[in-house]
Amino acid sequence: MLDDMDRRLLRYWQADPSLTPGELADHCNMTPGKAARRIARMQEDGVLQGVSAVIDWTALGYTVEVSLRITLDKTQSSAFDDFLTQARTIPEVTEIQTFLGRVDVRLNVIARDMAHYQQVYRAGILTLPHIADIEALMQVARIKAQEALPL
Amino acid sequence: MIDLDTTDRDILRALSRDASQSASALGRRFGLSQPATWRRIRRLEEAGVIRGRRLRLDAEKLGFGVTVFLGIKLATKGRVSLEDFERAVSAIPEVQTVEHVLGLYDYRLRVVARNLPDFERVLRRRIMTLPGAGEVEANVLLSEERLAGPI
Repeated sequence: MLDDMDRRLLRYWQADPSLTPGELADHCNMTPGKAARRIARMQEDGVLQGVSAVIDWTALGYTVEVSLRITLDKTQSSAFDDFLTQARTIPEVTEIQTFLGRVDVRLNVIARDMAHYQQVYRAGILTLPHIADIEALMQVARIKAQEALPL
Repeated sequence: MIDLDTTDRDILRALSRDASQSASALGRRFGLSQPATWRRIRRLEEAGVIRGRRLRLDAEKLGFGVTVFLGIKLATKGRVSLEDFERAVSAIPEVQTVEHVLGLYDYRLRVVARNLPDFERVLRRRIMTLPGAGEVEANVLLSEERLAGPI
């Protein structure tokens, strides 16, 4: 179980994931050794899975980002598996989520421009199996993106 | 926009998986010296390709058993209400991401909660009471995968 000090470490680290372990210990008024031991324990317990670099696709020329909300034809028992297996092979798909609700699956799709998006949509997305319905939400702006947990 | 060669792409892919790897470890893997690797990482950061870093935490192990994606339509439109809405929604700790979108909804939210009753509390007391909030659609997250993308 986590105690208040663990939570405090995670809170500071979440707010600035580029902090080095030494700086993090400083912020939390802990010795570097103590902080390192706590971090190692949280990693062992699987609470902390790691640190990832976040790619800004617009800096690489991908200016279009679309959230595709997909309903599947669930009369086919293998609909989810077939769909997911094939969706993973489309390079422009950066996230796949499945849901309980009106929408079954969401694909996050990026493209260089609208012409490229149309190409990905027609040649990739529309050929995926068992699609019953698709709705698109086009991203206009990212207002909050930190994805932090309210610890 | 910057051009990436194969080695840049290898480094970017490796860092998006695990950003805690040192420049010397990455260099050994891709046949580069430590300073050469470091310079390449610096260049990716300076060009904004690496937007930042993100802690990967196991939400469930930290007590957040429910993640919900919300689509929100604004009831009243206009410049003032958009700004008020964005400021108010971003201030809710349980709201992890906010995107302004075009399509069936105006905003896309990612919300975490301890459990379903807790989610209901967040929805009723914080989201439904936001200035301008109209129709809300909720889909409960069942599974999620993040893919490497077209690097």
